[in-house]
Amino acid sequence: MARKITIEPVTRVEGHGKVTIHLDDNGRVVESRFHVVEFRGFERFVQGRPYWEIPVLVQRLCGICPVSHHLAGAKAMDIIVGVSPEKLPPTAEKIRRLMHYGQMLQSHALHFFHLASPDLLFGFDADPAVRNIIGVAKFHKEIAIRGVILRKFGQEIIKATAGKKIHGTGAIPGGVNKSLTPEERDYFLKSPDPYNIDKMIEWAQEAIDIFKKIHKENKDLLDNFANFPSNHLSLVRKDGALDFYHGVLRAVDAEGRKILNDVDYQDYLEYIGEEVRPWSYMKFPYLKKLGKEKGWYRVGPIARLNTCDYIPSPRAQKEFEEYKAYTDGKPNNMTLHSHWARLIELLHAAEVIKELLHDKDIIGDKLVRKGKKRKEGVGLIEAPRGTLFHHYRINDDDQVVMANLIVSTTNNNEAFNQAVNWVAQKFISEKPEITEGMLNRVEVAIRAYDPCLSCATHALGQMPLEVDLYDSKGNLLDRKRK
Amino acid sequence: MPDKIKFTIDGKECLAEPGQTIYEAARANGVYIPVLCHYEGLKPVGSCRICSVRVNGRWMASCTQPVTEGMVIENAVPEVEEFRKAIIEMLLVEGNHFCPTCEKSGNCELQALAYRYQIMVPQFPYLFPKREIEAFPGFLLEHNRCIQCQRCVRAIQTRDGQKIFTMKNRSKDVRVNVDRKLAAKMSEDQIQKAMDICPVGAILKKEVGFRLPIGKRKYDHRPIGSEIEEKK
Ligand code: SF4
Repeated sequence: MARKITIEPVTRVEGHGKVTIHLDDNGRVVESRFHVVEFRGFERFVQGRPYWEIPVLVQRLCGICPVSHHLAGAKAMDIIVGVSPEKLPPTAEKIRRLMHYGQMLQSHALHFFHLASPDLLFGFDADPAVRNIIGVAKFHKEIAIRGVILRKFGQEIIKATAGKKIHGTGAIPGGVNKSLTPEERDYFLKSPDPYNIDKMIEWAQEAIDIFKKIHKENKDLLDNFANFPSNHLSLVRKDGALDFYHGVLRAVDAEGRKILNDVDYQDYLEYIGEEVRPWSYMKFPYLKKLGKEKGWYRVGPIARLNTCDYIPSPRAQKEFEEYKAYTDGKPNNMTLHSHWARLIELLHAAEVIKELLHDKDIIGDKLVRKGKKRKEGVGLIEAPRGTLFHHYRINDDDQVVMANLIVSTTNNNEAFNQAVNWVAQKFISEKPEITEGMLNRVEVAIRAYDPCLSCATHALGQMPLEVDLYDSKGNLLDRKRK
Repeated sequence: MPDKIKFTIDGKECLAEPGQTIYEAARANGVYIPVLCHYEGLKPVGSCRICSVRVNGRWMASCTQPVTEGMVIENAVPEVEEFRKAIIEMLLVEGNHFCPTCEKSGNCELQALAYRYQIMVPQFPYLFPKREIEAFPGFLLEHNRCIQCQRCVRAIQTRDGQKIFTMKNRSKDVRVNVDRKLAAKMSEDQIQKAMDICPVGAILKKEVGFRLPIGKRKYDHRPIGSEIEEKK
């Protein structure tokens, strides 16, 4: 009889997900699905709100990377108040950048040090009782502490620029509402170790070394695990450099050929379609040029390092060169190399923060600009987990009448299914027994993309857990609820 | 000069000028009595009742009641404070107040009072009423947050004394009503004044929300009323 294996909740990802693996009569995997069954409806309830409320309102989608939504919303509102992102006052642009790179630092640090490191340090088959952050704190205390401090540093940057560590108000349409005082700036530059940016750069560098060491010892696993070809999409700076805050949209295929060649994201609807599949609330975006079947893509650290030409900071660039050389300059399609890519980005974020802190514009006082009002605006940003799209339309009374959000995890939707299916084919097919190690590999594949599920479906609260068992004819055999 | 009036608040001996209300006299003596519908310079209406005190055992609205010789006033006593807390809670559940995304947050008197009275969860059920946002050329009227205090009704008029804001309906359906023709002629300054005088985030001047950073807002560092209590 056909069986369906359900693993839920997937632990150590933000939010909750559910995985189903459909087996045929012979116990072979026929299909794997990564379900997101939460539903949030932010797009609906921002309707009617005044547009200047958007950056503060939409960041409530997420408590993990609210800054991304805050800034993507603000960038869309810049367009609405008639200021293109390049035309913001330099102080405003740099303060927002600082806020965003601070967030990259904290989010990437959280992911590597606290969510991913248990698997990498202890191995996927280690006892789950040890393979968690408590285990890391116990057996690799220094690593756990660094994670905490790096994260805190990023959050302090966010607080200094947005007013609060979580859910601040810094970015407003056409600019920001504060810059840094010299004292705030000096805190990050000159505090005693380890609370200064130089130490953060040093630790970010050493985190890469940790990864490289683990990689050396586990090459086979890290290179081959969920290694599958895909397209990759991200923003890049106009000159092709890695940029998390602003740029043009670029997509490359698994071989590195350009599919989207640095297009203006205001026209994203010309290039990106969204498919709805009946079993998931999360939509499946695709590149229109390639169609629904072939047009799916990955976003996030791996994708960004596949699309960009170089990294505009010296240490990260050096690491990037080594990373690129590993795949002979071709796109890297190895799922677990996303940890490597994420750490290079962590280092880059720290370097950029230092550069910004030394820029006198961040203590400037020209904060806002206004232009000719427009009715529609799109804001894109590279969130820690990948490209984030915000699109709004307003009416004559300044109220939002339409919102469309494509969040990073949604952009990676098909990549999750592919990764899960890869694991399922390799580890679960035709093996009669399902071990914790096998099941955890499915989770590891998903976690590599650092999904933020509640945000991806804009859902509130925790979903009720549900387990369904179907036979090959689609009859429901059993259902369990929690 | 007429003699000063002697009275006590919670046992503290105070002096008042003749003609002062209890609220005014208390302020002058460094005693905070919360108000919402009242605003300095406006004719008091005593409608929100949050300034209620007990005078010689009887409940009175301190914003309308003149002080008289020998009054014994109970203000910061548990029974009076509980009564006020209940009013704040009723106001919060009666509208739709989502402070985290409200641009008045940090400058809002209702929110500041909720903090001062340490309201975590209201004791009454939320009503989640269905209310609209009304748009006018220079501002929005967010009915979800309006507490019908009538400050705007009393404070904002045209040069020839016509009221721009009035009240319509009765009882629980009472709402602020705006004369569209007159509202269209309001100056920027007048709109700003209306927004500033509104104790909550109901009158929103267009395009200026969130200009004030966190840390610079009125109640970011000190609870409402502390500026009066410090004068003691
Ligand atoms: S008006 Fe005041 S109480 Fe109401 S939502 Fe805004 S800040 Fe909160």
